[in-house]
Amino acid sequence: MIQIRDLHKYFGPLHVLKGINLEVKKGEVLSVIGSSGSGKSTLLYCINGLETIQKGDIIVNDIHVHAKQTNLNQVRQKMGMVFQQWNSFPHLTAVENVALAPKIVKGKSKAEARKIALSQLEHVGLLDKVDAYPNALSGGQQQRLAIARALAMEPDYMLFDEATSALDPELVGEVLDTMRLLAEEGMTMICVTHEMSFARDVSDRVAFFHDGVMEEIGSPSQIFGAPQSEHTRKFLAKVR
Amino acid sequence: MEPSLSFFSDFNINDFWFLGQAAVRTLWISLLSISLGTVLGIFFGWALYEGKLAATLTLAPLLDVFRSVPLIIQLVLFYNFAPIMGLNLDPFGSGVVILTIYTSALVANVARGGIEAVGKPLRNAARSLGISYWQDLRYIVFPIGGRAVFPAWVGVALGVMKDSALVSVLGYVELLKASQILITRTQEPFLILIVAGAFYFALSYPISRYAANLEKSWAQ
Amino acid sequence: MFDYNFHWRPVLKTLPDLLDAALLTLEVAILAMLIGIVIGLCLALIRLHMKGSLYWFATSWVELARNTPALFQLFFFGFGLGAFGLHLSPYLIVLTALSFNCAGYLAENFRGGFLAIPETQMRSARSLGMTAWQAYTRIVIPQVFRIVYHPITNQIVWCVLMSSLGMLVGFRELSGETQFFASRTFRIFEYFAATAVIYYVIVKLILVASRILAARLFRY
Repeated sequence: MIQIRDLHKYFGPLHVLKGINLEVKKGEVLSVIGSSGSGKSTLLYCINGLETIQKGDIIVNDIHVHAKQTNLNQVRQKMGMVFQQWNSFPHLTAVENVALAPKIVKGKSKAEARKIALSQLEHVGLLDKVDAYPNALSGGQQQRLAIARALAMEPDYMLFDEATSALDPELVGEVLDTMRLLAEEGMTMICVTHEMSFARDVSDRVAFFHDGVMEEIGSPSQIFGAPQSEHTRKFLAKVR
Repeated sequence: MEPSLSFFSDFNINDFWFLGQAAVRTLWISLLSISLGTVLGIFFGWALYEGKLAATLTLAPLLDVFRSVPLIIQLVLFYNFAPIMGLNLDPFGSGVVILTIYTSALVANVARGGIEAVGKPLRNAARSLGISYWQDLRYIVFPIGGRAVFPAWVGVALGVMKDSALVSVLGYVELLKASQILITRTQEPFLILIVAGAFYFALSYPISRYAANLEKSWAQ
Repeated sequence: MFDYNFHWRPVLKTLPDLLDAALLTLEVAILAMLIGIVIGLCLALIRLHMKGSLYWFATSWVELARNTPALFQLFFFGFGLGAFGLHLSPYLIVLTALSFNCAGYLAENFRGGFLAIPETQMRSARSLGMTAWQAYTRIVIPQVFRIVYHPITNQIVWCVLMSSLGMLVGFRELSGETQFFASRTFRIFEYFAATAVIYYVIVKLILVASRILAARLFRY
């Protein structure tokens, strides 16, 4: 379970998260929507410990992520993260991209790491690109590679930071299909997204962020059907 | 004499004058070679870009030789070869000839890169307006390509200025040769080298920083 | 025009000595490169990540190496240090001067390489649970190495060419050996011509080797 209590985050004088309270249960898929600059991506970075926080608590599997004695590298193994820019490692083949972290972070043997990598590449449908270098892959394939790379660490949670925003329109579908597959398999996911159809069809709950505040959270039918906040209504009218 | 200078017992004001004259000779041979070499190099670069078979087969490997043999060897070789051909060149003349060709070999690559940087579509657009080939070179390629490779050219020019010190091997008394002479006489190597080094640095550092800043501001 | 009689026999007779000297040239150049790479990497990292006196030390090193003539640097390690009673052997003079120079130039190449790697690479490596050290050595450095590979190759060539200055401080590498034989036999032109050819071949061999290695190393 991920618990977030009264989370505040500043970039210098800029107050980007203003007291967020949120719980994500095991097996749940949460979509986070809102305009850019609303703090939703920052939230993911804070959960993963890639950004520091100024106040509040983030607790993942009963571990306080931002406590001094916490080993961040261990916590991060529990959380796979997929970025807007796919960030494949350009000097490694697809299978090496996926096998590297199991090998050097988890200390798996070379053969074991490769086996894990191959099964995850199959998982995301890239088995025919095992020995390809990222520059030979399309954006959509690279993003699926990034998902496989995160899954290879056998995370309890997957964090998606606008995973389809940088893709050409015709490539968005294959990545969303992969994410949908993970959701069906019961993966716990937090997806910051601009894909309203994904938020509506796949997630269990949808949270709307505005100006550093979580304005509203609820089931997709509630958020999309009967939004309570004025900001939510305006935002939804714009993206539709 | 000033008491503060008494520490350097044998080094006097005349020696500063001697160094100063040598510095002027360094500047003079550098300026001459860089100017001539740049003009020649731009011509070579253009010839290489146009890629006529003759240029590719003869010019390219020839220029490559000047980039693949130490400058000091080139200088000694030419200085001893000129009389064989019946040319009587003093060290200065030999130095200018070799530094000029050396500069042109480096500039040729830079110039070709500059022409390539302009790109065919832009040049076609220019030609489609009825601009002639030479007008295109003069008004389109030179300003745009020149700007693109100006920082690289500054690097070449500063490199030649520093390498001009090697002409000393022929006996031409430029700054470092003068320093060496003074060191032998006064036995004050540290002071004299600091003065000589400071001169080169004071010349090279501001110019290279200027070029680097230009490159940065143009990249944005 | 050519009433000069070329005598190649002495050159041929001493060719084995010249080739031995060429090996010494290669040795000192490669050694200086290795030292230069290690120090250059450190200088680049200091300039990227540190402030205060270490930053100024690294920056001064880089700027001095790049903005003064290589010959000046050689003289400095040759006679300049003599002022402090430190007298290096010709071999060490050339090695230290070349290493100093290479480190300065390579530092800037490395710095540019690090700046070219997007910050997101580091970030996604860390998100997989890699330590900063793992992310650096497994993800960032291999990519930087690819970027600086060609500049490093150029630097090796430059290093070989620059080692010819050794003849001015009495180091018997290829150029020094050539000068020794040339002044003994008075066949200056012949000797320096042969040496020019040897340098040219060495440079070409380095470039070919570098290209073969690159094809094996970089498959992406």
